[in-house]
Amino acid sequence: MTQKMNKFNSLKKTTKVDFATYLGVIVVFIITTILQNNGSLKRSAIGLLVPICCYMSMAVSLNLTVGILGELSLGHAGFMSVGAFSGIVASQSLMGAIPNAPVRLAISMVVGAIFAAIVGLLIGTPVLRLQGDYLAIVTLAFGEIIKELINCLIIGYDENGLHFIFNPAGNKTVDDLGLSASGTAIIKGAQGATGTATIATFTAGFILVMITLIVVLNLTRSRAGRAIMAIRDNRIAAQAIGLNLTKYKLMAFVTSAALAGAAGALYGLNYSSLQATKFNFNLSILILVFVVLGGLGNIWGSLIAAAALTILPEALRQFADFRMLIYAIVLIFVMLATNNPQVKAFFQKLLPHHRASAEKED
Amino acid sequence: MKKKFMCMLMAAAMTLSMAACGSKSDDTNTDANTDGTDSAEVQTFKLGSSGPLTGDAAIYGMAVVQGAELAVNEINASDSKIKFEFQKQDDEADGEKAVNAYNTMMDWGMQVLVGPTTTGASIAVADACYNDRTFMLTPSASSTDVTAGKDNVFQVCFTDPNQGVGAADYMAENYAGAKVAVIYRNDDAYSQGIRDTFVKEATDKGAFEVVYEGTFTNDTASDFSVQLAGAQNAGADLVFLPIYYQPASIIFSQAKAMGYAPTFFGVDGMDGILTMPGFDASLAEGLMLMTPFSATDEANQAFVDAYTAAYGTEPNQFAADAYDGVYIVKAALEAAGCTADMSNEEICDALVSAMTSLKFTGLTGTDMTWNAEGQVSKAPTAYVVKDGQYVKG
Repeated sequence: MTQKMNKFNSLKKTTKVDFATYLGVIVVFIITTILQNNGSLKRSAIGLLVPICCYMSMAVSLNLTVGILGELSLGHAGFMSVGAFSGIVASQSLMGAIPNAPVRLAISMVVGAIFAAIVGLLIGTPVLRLQGDYLAIVTLAFGEIIKELINCLIIGYDENGLHFIFNPAGNKTVDDLGLSASGTAIIKGAQGATGTATIATFTAGFILVMITLIVVLNLTRSRAGRAIMAIRDNRIAAQAIGLNLTKYKLMAFVTSAALAGAAGALYGLNYSSLQATKFNFNLSILILVFVVLGGLGNIWGSLIAAAALTILPEALRQFADFRMLIYAIVLIFVMLATNNPQVKAFFQKLLPHHRASAEKED
Repeated sequence: MKKKFMCMLMAAAMTLSMAACGSKSDDTNTDANTDGTDSAEVQTFKLGSSGPLTGDAAIYGMAVVQGAELAVNEINASDSKIKFEFQKQDDEADGEKAVNAYNTMMDWGMQVLVGPTTTGASIAVADACYNDRTFMLTPSASSTDVTAGKDNVFQVCFTDPNQGVGAADYMAENYAGAKVAVIYRNDDAYSQGIRDTFVKEATDKGAFEVVYEGTFTNDTASDFSVQLAGAQNAGADLVFLPIYYQPASIIFSQAKAMGYAPTFFGVDGMDGILTMPGFDASLAEGLMLMTPFSATDEANQAFVDAYTAAYGTEPNQFAADAYDGVYIVKAALEAAGCTADMSNEEICDALVSAMTSLKFTGLTGTDMTWNAEGQVSKAPTAYVVKDGQYVKG
């Protein structure tokens, strides 16, 4: 036992934090599940579980791009959108072949991740070769383009397979798909995906968050992760020691996109109706706010920020008309407080252990 | 120092929690049993409504919740045996937030839902209502996807196909041989839905020709010179606008500026244009529109006056639909003989069977009936704008 304790104490601080993060997520999952099963959780809280898991996964994956890689991405919702709609198409068209909902959900999330990764690769390959803020500009445009593209997409499924129409002029409808009588429309252009079978579950959300954490944390602590952070901290030095800049940047960016795609698929399969306009610039910024509030490069911070900022607007419903106003004020105060040295000092005083470690670091 | 800080923290927490209690009683109307009627007979049901109260679409959401609230207040002030407790929630016209709003109201104990306002949000909530067996009557979500396959979801407004077909039939009758241009918003389910059925019906009928189609999106709804020039070059003498009135007002003024004067034809989203602040009503002269509700119609004056007195703006058809919605729920509750101690599942089952045999006359239609799919059957009325007033056309 003491040997084990010694082993734990000899672990690096980052490793300890990583294990604490995993443990925290697992504990919260178990507590929430118990509360849900004995009926002490309100409906409004239960309804929030899946979106919170999606946003957590989105925030952690964006943190990989923004915090660890150090590139600004303003189109993370675009990847979520790609994942959501490809996941919905996969789930709806596999309905007959795979009636088992959890299996279908898993396949849909993998499909969503693959499509988002392909799109991430297409965007990252040219843009990540450049230096400066180009990724921010391109991802910003990408988010808007994806929104418009999906508005032009009509997809249906019948026994002959999938039917696609790309409809940029806006003059085609579901009737032009040529579906057979048993066929169903999955995505109807501007009307979005409607009538989706909602198969997302909290357990799937938990597994997604865990996978996201394992992928991101292991990538960060690996050799590749150290290379990625080296590029962030000093590009020229990293290049001088022979690191392939584009390769490592792409690695982080595509991983981030794929995880966002999986989160999107889960999100899309949680609601029976989804429009492309949901994944707009505001959502990208919201996810960026999660990351910034939680701390750049701070994975558990992203988790907490995503959960807190998803719950907050719902918790403020009792303020009726002043809800969004109070939300904004709370956000400003939290931003100020987390960056205020006096507040930080106050919390360090409260936690003597922290103070000791902080002093050691100094 | 630390003590002081903790004191302030406690004080802040207490103020917040008190503020919370205060506002909670604000947004519910709990005056149901205060007018001295026999409380043993009065049944008070919990009625919820939601719509976008913030953001771009707030104008529609506000109209819906205010229309519903007005009806609830009227019913509670009357000697009706059925009273309502009312709660409204902001759904930001978003599926996720609408389901959250719905869940919040279910926690409150909602028995009947008159909402949501917008189509996308309504589809998501309709799914939840179907699974929970909560009766849902949407005032204004017009897509057929809202009610499809759900026996407990009903609509007050026309369905999109209904409007598209109605407009095409009216044109085929009154404007045979016309060259028609369509300008619509292709990122909006409402606009696209009406356009789709309109063009299909027009092609099937063949009485007139669609010569031009121009699209715009929410982001490009400030300049229509390209679409109008396209319509003009195609020789269109009638322009069909299955859109809301704000972009339409820009279309009218730009068309006038370029000297293009076709007959404009709108649908129910066009209602409200004459009362739009800052709009020159002379621009809308000759505008045809098919709408179930007109604020200038004499039969609706009592409602329009009450609404204007309560909220300071003239009601549009969204408010009228929601107002009707509450009265429809009341009529259905009476017909089904529901009592307030019934759960939402029991009320739902009772109302579903009552709705299909209900005949209701309200602001937005006479003798409205509902089919088993939840779609309303009522005739749209064609109006034409003459001297700044709607005149039945």
